[in-house]
Amino acid sequence: MDIGKSLMTRLSPAGRHGLASTEQRDPIGYAVAALNKLAQSDLLDRVGLRKQAEQVVFTSTREGFRTVTAASRQFKKTGGKGAGTRAPAAPRKGVFDLTPTEDEQMLVDVVSEYAEEVVRPAAAEANETCEAPEAVLKAGLEIGLPILGVPEALGGISEERSAMAGTLVAEALSKGDMGIALAALAPGSVATALGLWGTEAQQQTYLPAFTEDSAPAAALALQEPTVLFDVLKPSTTARRTAEGFVLDGTKAGVVRGAEAELFVVGASLDGAPVLFLVESSTAGLTVEAEPSMGVRAAALTTLRLEGVSVPADAVLGATDGSTYTECVRLSRLAWCALAVGTGQAVLDYVTPYVKTREAFGEPIAHRQSVAFMIANIAIELQAMRLLTYKAAGRAAAGQDFTREVALARKLCSEKGMAIGNDGVQLLGGHGFVKEHPVERWYRDLRAVGIMEGAVLV
Amino acid sequence: MAISLDDPKKLKPLASQAHQVAMNMLRPISRKYDRAEHAYPTELDMLAAMIDGLSESGASEGAGAAGVRRDEKPEGKEEGTKNGANLASVMSIAEMCWGDVGLLLSMPRQGLGNSAIASVANDEQSERFAGVWAGMAITEPGVGSDSANIKTTAVLDGDEYVINGEKIYVTSGDRADHIVVWATLDRDLGRAAIKSFVVAKGTPGMRVERLEHKLGIRASDTAAIIFENCRVPKENLLGSPEIDTKQGFAGAMATFDNTRPLVASMAVGCAKAALDLTRDLLTQAGVEIDYDRPAHVQSAAAAKFLQMEADWEGARLLMMQAAWMADNREPNSLEASMAKAKAGRVGSDITLSCVELCGSVGFSEGELLEKWARDSKILDIFEGTQQIQQLIIARRILGLSSAELK
Repeated sequence: MDIGKSLMTRLSPAGRHGLASTEQRDPIGYAVAALNKLAQSDLLDRVGLRKQAEQVVFTSTREGFRTVTAASRQFKKTGGKGAGTRAPAAPRKGVFDLTPTEDEQMLVDVVSEYAEEVVRPAAAEANETCEAPEAVLKAGLEIGLPILGVPEALGGISEERSAMAGTLVAEALSKGDMGIALAALAPGSVATALGLWGTEAQQQTYLPAFTEDSAPAAALALQEPTVLFDVLKPSTTARRTAEGFVLDGTKAGVVRGAEAELFVVGASLDGAPVLFLVESSTAGLTVEAEPSMGVRAAALTTLRLEGVSVPADAVLGATDGSTYTECVRLSRLAWCALAVGTGQAVLDYVTPYVKTREAFGEPIAHRQSVAFMIANIAIELQAMRLLTYKAAGRAAAGQDFTREVALARKLCSEKGMAIGNDGVQLLGGHGFVKEHPVERWYRDLRAVGIMEGAVLV
Repeated sequence: MAISLDDPKKLKPLASQAHQVAMNMLRPISRKYDRAEHAYPTELDMLAAMIDGLSESGASEGAGAAGVRRDEKPEGKEEGTKNGANLASVMSIAEMCWGDVGLLLSMPRQGLGNSAIASVANDEQSERFAGVWAGMAITEPGVGSDSANIKTTAVLDGDEYVINGEKIYVTSGDRADHIVVWATLDRDLGRAAIKSFVVAKGTPGMRVERLEHKLGIRASDTAAIIFENCRVPKENLLGSPEIDTKQGFAGAMATFDNTRPLVASMAVGCAKAALDLTRDLLTQAGVEIDYDRPAHVQSAAAAKFLQMEADWEGARLLMMQAAWMADNREPNSLEASMAKAKAGRVGSDITLSCVELCGSVGFSEGELLEKWARDSKILDIFEGTQQIQQLIIARRILGLSSAELK
């Protein structure tokens, strides 16, 4: 109809390649754009003017949406209609104490060893390939990561509410690598959610698989690809039908979405946010690789739901928004723990570095401008840790932790990123190259404060 | 044992008592003594008597400036984690400073010198100096943060030390009945020769030269004190008179491990006052703070408030950690400095930002916000500036000496 306008729209650079919608080309801009088109065409290659040099890394390229075909297992419906089994709240004596329980300490010791000896050595490659190595995840299964938050009565290992233990484990794992920690913790997060809010039938249908050697990949999908995203107001919708619900929408940052066999998806139902269990074999689900700035080992994907029909019993927890909100808080708690672990990794790395790196005839650590950065990392990191522990302790005791987790998240996103930034700065040019892990931590720490869902404790 | 960072249940009554005192006794006279700098707040005598009574009854859990004394670690069985006098002190002082920092610093018998006596005195001295009100004299006109360089001298002459020198910035230096003064036994022997002496007011040769006019904490008197051939009994030297070059400065500096969490608690309390009022004023202005919704979808004022509250909570937990470690007799130099550094800078940022958020209402003397923004500044300076804390922390983390990291 309006050919002139659509042509201008097509020629306009705006809205692509990171350009704001107000950008316009001038005549030189058009000439440069044309030259760039030429440079990109295969004409140059056909006439042999350019060396073939690219080695495309398959895993990180966008390949378009495809159906989830990950060896979807059939979860056999079983169990009665009653409420599920719940782990009791952890008892507390009203004493200020920073000492973990013996069980928690043992768990932290085991996970720390795994993080140091298995996770950290695999981190650089996992970042490149955009997936956590199978052997690493397998070792994670062996130490019981997926069933950490599952009550004993359901085959898990938690005697009581596990938010504190989960926090300590996430921190310890993230000290190895945040991306792999996410990949390893995501399935267990779904299992924990089932333990917390599942009906008897949901628990008996899904949880047994998590206690097996071949525990499924599973993902908690709350994030959406929206600017100024408000997790409490998902644009993904659930519509009631005679048989159950129909879900429509797009989820972002879904950990290991391509291989997940079970999703917990957040959607608005009658104006309130609600969690839905969606098996990956359900029609209407497609995923696309979503390689991002950081946490690349988590194999992030975008999950699209188009007319996805789920049965009436697919609702996880309450439909008034209360379960969903608690899920968001517990997820933020897990992200805080991840930030603390990675922050500690930064501090542990830069400390010996600045003591050995010399400039102007002495170690750079002897300069206050360098030493004060170290001091500030240490101060803020400990503050982040204490805020996170306070929220976790309250969550484990079954107390309201709304305020505490909000403050922990605020500090962890702000100071965590500052620590990542300083980590690179302290190494200077060496921090910018992949020879050192600080550039990865810089990218990973940007996820904190942005990401919602994916993990919970 | 389980990680739990909520306020100790058994100290809650004490904290709420302090809160009530702060609200009903300090706040009503807060502005009065900010304006009437150098006037003695007579109201505090009554309060001090009440606090002494509480202390004697045991209801105060040993809180207060002298609550930082550390007994030897008992041998044998441990009965689990302790929430004792150090936690009681930081919690109650924070509440009192929520009332008024300057007035807290003017509380009879609660001077920093009392903390110093509690930290380094032997048993005989503790008994002899029980019930005194002691100010602390370290800083000199030419010596601030580098307190190892002090010029004031103490020379043994018979059974007495003869002290000569000039001290400035002595908190409660006029009102206190005793002064704990740092002096060197031998300037050639460096920091190891620095000792602290308790000097009773009225001792010939010691005189208050002048009182300072200050930015904040104007209710508290800050004195310059001159020592001219001031003779004190040799038993008033706190700790050991030996010059142990190996132990160096550690003896005198041990005081700071104990007083820094207290200063952190002052900053925490003052900042809380600003946060509480600002939140109320913002609510009246129609700004609600939602802990669940992302900050970036709330108003800029709400987002700023969340950031300040997160910083405040971080400072407070670092303070609690340092005190908890002291209660459980764990070395806490690093944690004490962390608490002081974080609380000091956060105290300034919060009180100043609250003035900014509240605009003219915050800036004018009609509210106390502007006063808190003035009071808080000293807390990032005395008992070791922000920069000194960072040096201490960096040296500890990096394992560097003061010769390596200057």
